[in-house]
Amino acid sequence: MTDSPHAHEPAPAEMLQAVEEAATPHQHVANAFPALALRGVTKAFGSVIALNDISMHVDTGTVTCVLGDNGAGKSTLIKILSGVHQPTEGQLLLAGEAQSFTSPRAAQAAGIATVFQDLATVPLMSVWRNFFLGNEPQRPWSRLRVIDGGLARRTCRAELRAMGIDIRDLEQPVGTLSGGERQAVAIARAVHFGAKVLILDEPTSALGVKQSGVVLKYILQARERGVAVVFITHNPHHAYMVGDRFYLLNRGRMLNEFERETVTLEGLVTSMAGGAELESLAHELKTFSR
Amino acid sequence: MSATAATANDERLVQVSRLTRVLRRPELGALMGAVVVYLLFSATDTTGKFATIVGGARWTDVAASTGIVAVPVAMLMIAGEFDLSAGVMIGTSGLLAGLLMTEYHVAMWPAIALTLAFAAGIGLINGWLVILTGLPSFIVTLAMFFSLRGMNLGVTKALTDTVRVAGVGDVPGYDGAAKIFASTFWSPYNFRISVVWWVGITLLATWVLAKTRFGNWIYAVGGDANAARNTGVPVRRTKITLFVCTSLAAALLGVIDVLRLKSMQAGQGVGDEFSFIIAAVVGGCLLTGGFGSAIGASIGASILGMAFIGIAYAGWNTDWTWLFLGVILFLAVLVNTFIGRRARGARK
Repeated sequence: MTDSPHAHEPAPAEMLQAVEEAATPHQHVANAFPALALRGVTKAFGSVIALNDISMHVDTGTVTCVLGDNGAGKSTLIKILSGVHQPTEGQLLLAGEAQSFTSPRAAQAAGIATVFQDLATVPLMSVWRNFFLGNEPQRPWSRLRVIDGGLARRTCRAELRAMGIDIRDLEQPVGTLSGGERQAVAIARAVHFGAKVLILDEPTSALGVKQSGVVLKYILQARERGVAVVFITHNPHHAYMVGDRFYLLNRGRMLNEFERETVTLEGLVTSMAGGAELESLAHELKTFSR
Repeated sequence: MSATAATANDERLVQVSRLTRVLRRPELGALMGAVVVYLLFSATDTTGKFATIVGGARWTDVAASTGIVAVPVAMLMIAGEFDLSAGVMIGTSGLLAGLLMTEYHVAMWPAIALTLAFAAGIGLINGWLVILTGLPSFIVTLAMFFSLRGMNLGVTKALTDTVRVAGVGDVPGYDGAAKIFASTFWSPYNFRISVVWWVGITLLATWVLAKTRFGNWIYAVGGDANAARNTGVPVRRTKITLFVCTSLAAALLGVIDVLRLKSMQAGQGVGDEFSFIIAAVVGGCLLTGGFGSAIGASIGASILGMAFIGIAYAGWNTDWTWLFLGVILFLAVLVNTFIGRRARGARK
């Protein structure tokens, strides 16, 4: 990257670059290590190799999208990142240090928050109890691990409101909420606790257009707060709207890697679809854009 | 949804949700049942004692000997597991305490301590086997039930040549221990001290379930073990702890019984496991886990106690007690399911 300290009026090309740099300040974060990285990770379930030699990194204050069709290994990847599974081979590095999470609790303690596809909410439990499940706030004086119910309810309401969701009754069981509301609870929860890395498993797949937009906005908000977001999806359109780096998974292998600067939406879609399927998809997309 | 409409409706929504909140309580059905049963036996009473304090002392005695174990059994059910060995564990621990005192001349308090430790070990084995094998706890604890039942008879016969352990009243230190586990209070009505244990355990369990982190985990583990694990709840530890608590409560009741009766039959407690489950289910626990309350289980135990005493006081043949309990169980679950479905289905 060229720098011209003597020029008071930068050339148009440089100006464009400056704008891009301002838009993506994370590229030059002083911290040399990515918030989260995988090095040569393989995961086998018996004779099935779900992930094969995956390497990737997730920087602080960026959105990293993992794209792949059904069966690509996205869910397995998430479960490794969040400590549910341990890799058969390879390493998981958190801020440059090799980690071996034995449980989701350990991953959480290290600052990795995950919103699972099945949302990981307990239907019969109330909204606020679900919100703090596994992370219950305790009264300061309490050695008996008493939950601070007042604080929990206030925080839960505030966090949900910040996401534009006004739950009528925090005592109502999560099972009675709509799909979008449950998603909101799960994401708000993860953001609230996601100190460093936030992993979202298909957060928009079950949502309508408007609610998807809300979720995408929330992803950007999390990025602005300096969170390293991992956004797992099979929707390249959603990914392209918010992503800084894109990884393409297919049948357990890392197919391709793109930076925001070097890829177009069409490029992403092309890489995802590939080959013979492309033409029909392109046709379909054209009918959409009409 | 527009914000103004939501605020305009707020007053009304609060009103509705307060009623819904009451309906959502798991123990509501049991409470209504308890009132009906109490009124029924007050009306059919032939001795004139049922609705008095004396009658209260009698039925709370029966209720306590169910409730002490029914409460932890309910917590275990909320966490999605059963313990069918809880009944026979009463006999096992009573026999063990008695044998330690009479055959091996262990002093009173060490014998009680060893008995509780043994019970904790059995609970640990139950829990570990359920977790390690992944088999339904119904099967694992049923196997434990038969094993303990066989051991109770075998060991007792081998050591005493009879099917009972006797002479506990002559053990040094009996009076001190009996004061805590097997005395009465509030004369002349003479409530059993076990009632205090029962109420204490109920209050403790209610507090744990409603206010503590561990209580939150119990509901989560039974409601959706996978979701609980994903959010970082230690599912195994939670379940194993509850198996240990259930076993300990059964051992407490065993110690209470052996001190009160001053002897123990080898068959003591067999069949009680279903009373505990009945009390828990009548009290609003879902068989599938994730829902229920400790107070509900205690109300369920009260219904059992009132039925046992009430049928005797009514002058009916006590053979009918179990038929009555069967009908009560069915009706209570029916009401619970109906109310629960409506309350949970109600969005606003």
